[in-house]
Amino acid sequence: MKIKLDKSNHPIESNISLISRRSFFKLFGAGTAASAMYGCGTKTSKTSESQSGSRTDEPPKDKMTCRSNPNTGDTVSLLGYGCMRFPTRKKEGSEEEEIDQELVNQLIDYALAHGVNYFDCSPRYIQGMCEGATGRALARHPRNKFFIATKMSNFDPEKQKRENSIKMYRNSFKELQVDVIDYYLLHSIGGGGMANFNARFIDNGMLDFLKEEREKGTIRNLGFSFHGDVEVYDEMMRWHDEGKVHWDFVQIQLNYVDWQNLNNNKSTDAHYLYDELHRRGIPAVIMEPLLGGRLATLPQYLFLQLKTRRPEESAASWAFRFAGTPDGVLTVLSGMTAMEHLQNNLWSYSPLEHIDKQEDELLAEIAKEYQKYPLVACTNCQYCMPCPYGLNIPGVFMYYNKCVNEGSVPSSSQDKNYRKLRRNFLVGYDRALESIRQADHCINCNKCVPKCPQRIRIPREMRRINDFVEMLKQGKDFGEASGQK
Amino acid sequence: MLRKLRISLAFIVFVLMMLLFFDFTGTFHRFFGLLAKVQLMPAILAVNTVIIIALVLLTLLFGRIYCSVICPLGVLQDLISHFSKRGKKRPFNYSKPLTLLRWTIFAAFALLLVFAANYAALIEPYSVFGRIAANIFAPVYKAGNNVLAFFAEKTNSHAFYTTDVWLKSGITLGIAAVSLIVVGFMAWKYGRLYCNSICPVGTVLGLISRFSLFKPIINLEKCTTCGACARKCKSQCIHPKEHTIDYSRCVSCFNCLEACEQDAMKFKFSSNKAPENANRPENKDFSRRSFLSIATAFVAGSTLKAQEDAVDGGLAAIEKKKRPRRTTTLVPPGAQSLRNLNRHCTACGLCISACPNNILCPSNKIEMLMQPEMNYERSFCRPECTECSSVCPTRAIRKLTKEEKSSLQIGHSVWLRQNCLAVRDEINCEACEKHCPCGAISRVPLAADKPDSVKIPVVDTERCIGCGACEYYCPARPFAAIYVEGHENHKFI
Repeated sequence: MKIKLDKSNHPIESNISLISRRSFFKLFGAGTAASAMYGCGTKTSKTSESQSGSRTDEPPKDKMTCRSNPNTGDTVSLLGYGCMRFPTRKKEGSEEEEIDQELVNQLIDYALAHGVNYFDCSPRYIQGMCEGATGRALARHPRNKFFIATKMSNFDPEKQKRENSIKMYRNSFKELQVDVIDYYLLHSIGGGGMANFNARFIDNGMLDFLKEEREKGTIRNLGFSFHGDVEVYDEMMRWHDEGKVHWDFVQIQLNYVDWQNLNNNKSTDAHYLYDELHRRGIPAVIMEPLLGGRLATLPQYLFLQLKTRRPEESAASWAFRFAGTPDGVLTVLSGMTAMEHLQNNLWSYSPLEHIDKQEDELLAEIAKEYQKYPLVACTNCQYCMPCPYGLNIPGVFMYYNKCVNEGSVPSSSQDKNYRKLRRNFLVGYDRALESIRQADHCINCNKCVPKCPQRIRIPREMRRINDFVEMLKQGKDFGEASGQK
Repeated sequence: MLRKLRISLAFIVFVLMMLLFFDFTGTFHRFFGLLAKVQLMPAILAVNTVIIIALVLLTLLFGRIYCSVICPLGVLQDLISHFSKRGKKRPFNYSKPLTLLRWTIFAAFALLLVFAANYAALIEPYSVFGRIAANIFAPVYKAGNNVLAFFAEKTNSHAFYTTDVWLKSGITLGIAAVSLIVVGFMAWKYGRLYCNSICPVGTVLGLISRFSLFKPIINLEKCTTCGACARKCKSQCIHPKEHTIDYSRCVSCFNCLEACEQDAMKFKFSSNKAPENANRPENKDFSRRSFLSIATAFVAGSTLKAQEDAVDGGLAAIEKKKRPRRTTTLVPPGAQSLRNLNRHCTACGLCISACPNNILCPSNKIEMLMQPEMNYERSFCRPECTECSSVCPTRAIRKLTKEEKSSLQIGHSVWLRQNCLAVRDEINCEACEKHCPCGAISRVPLAADKPDSVKIPVVDTERCIGCGACEYYCPARPFAAIYVEGHENHKFI
């Protein structure tokens, strides 16, 4: 999900993006504006004083809050670049997607210029094109200006064979065009319990292999990212305590909704995960601070509560400030697709304004309310895709969530404007997704379920959404008055 | 005055009639569905005595005003003739009636009507118009709608939504195109020649209109025999020298009234003298030509390609479904039986245009060419939808209520073991069971002695209504593992 700017700010924001993009082109534009190199770079520092108020210019370059990694002494920017949502475009004359490298270069250049120095990749992201694109963009900068993070993404049983896992590891260096990887992660452990963990890292000796690589210095920090079964997390902590393996850092999902999750068990309770790390002095890398963009587009009622407190800040900025506030956090990752996302996020951390006690209480309240909405917890990470039966799983969830957030889901056939809502929902559904990609085509094969890091029971959600769509299509009575649903 | 009234009425009827065939949203049918039902041939097939008597009375009163105002094909010809400037730059002149040809064709038509109504429909004016509108003009209209939908989407408006434009039947499109060319050519060159030589409705109404009470009458005292009326007569039925009008061919268009500067032509009540036109020469030459041109309709095909489905990069490619071979053709609920549909359907295609689920298309089978059949590659027959049965003007598809529709069995599902994903790939697929609206499909273990083995669907054919949800949703491609076999006779369960 793309991070969206709040609508109320839109005229101003689009204005900045115009100005800043123009000056940006002057700074980094290839060829055309070369004579203006760094010409207006100094302008920003003057206006940066007003950054806590309305934003009239681009974010400051020298105000990024940084954290120190106790293991290696790395000074890491609080905003980390998640490279899983780079802009793509259709290849010419083909339906295939390719990375829009020109835009990626612009984004990475801009991020580096504004103090972002942590780049998080995986061999799996963006249909396998993530590492190559990041490598190409970063190769144009000095190696000591950035930290690279990538992962052992051996989910596929075929990839779990030792030689294939090692091949994946080696290939990352080639794609990223580096000799040393600063942060290397066992990608998304927890799903499938210890059995799956053992198959991926113990039985094939990959964990030992990676520890050796760290000894050699090819990997500077070894850690893991976690989703799912908390038993695995606890086991990893135990190993750390026993000295079986030293975790230099751990990547967890943390945001104000997951901080104390009411709907799930403690496995996704970020509070618990973070405390375990903090106790041991392990730096935490934060993922999903925005829940895949969902916290950037809140339901109107909640959104206004935040706006009332800080009229000039976006909903997203609250989520970023929340994720960045605990001091055990090394960096907060955000998958930024457009320049506007990047700028908005830079503002949130240049520098970070801590969430105070009052604000913390407000966010806890918002989180509580938020979880009452019938949203699907999808973060559009695409791990479930491609669905073998052609569904666009995240697409269905994104559309449904969007309608819930906008309040455009009819809650009852007695609604005043039921007919209009019904039509808009159905027409919009067909626009968002081809009919053969819609929820009704789910056959409940359950192949997607183990792939989902958010542990969404995808077929069940598909059925729930389709039942709703069918009800609208058939024009059935539903809702409070008729006592159904 | 009368002429202007005729033109205005005809224009309104024509536009509404076109919309009736264009509309895919189910809006117009409710209001203007009657327009299709007052067409003579559908009324006869539906044995709608009220309308038949009304039309006969109308013709007895005012002549063939039906052909000028109510018949959409007649108005279409007038439009074409208007653009050809015939009657203006190139005046019409009297031509002799083609009585023998007319009645020969009529006899053939009547014979066909009894034995193969769909072939009789090849020259039946309402269904000829229907096919032209549905197969040639409607796709243009829909494409226009899709352009609007594209812009509506850009501006976040929900006023228009995209609809599928697809080739429903190449053969029928070919027939429609040939009809348009033949009728168009005749109208361009000879005005209402089609109506007065080929059209069976014209022939029947001509028989009545000879005795109509009101008709154009030439006042011999005022007439200067200038021939202005004959030059404007698109039916070519006014003989200016003999001062006679062939009322069997006159379509009461009133063009002659305005053409006459002497005020000698009046549309008025006249006691019924026997019509004056006595001479009925034959014209075999023409008949052969027209027969040949109609015959070409059978062989004309089309090479139009269906719109290809677009597939995104991150999404699995989905193979298109192929039609299963059904032993018995599936026909719409309300058709009662294959025989009833076959006998009563004029193949106008109104039901096909009206189907919101894109499951009806003109048949390519010889015995029911152009008549509607059902296929489930694009969707299934929603039990709550009764569109086709409510628009049919001939009662080839009888009107159904939602309740009747959902308990009407038009076919039953057949499971094909070798295609089923459960058997082929051991996947616990529940698509067919999940979507069956009448609970006719259950799943049982593949191996009877192993309750944990993958489950396969079993069909309770007594409860199955043949809606095709299972066939449409079956993930086996290109051929579904469960498909609907049609029934000769539909029945309520």
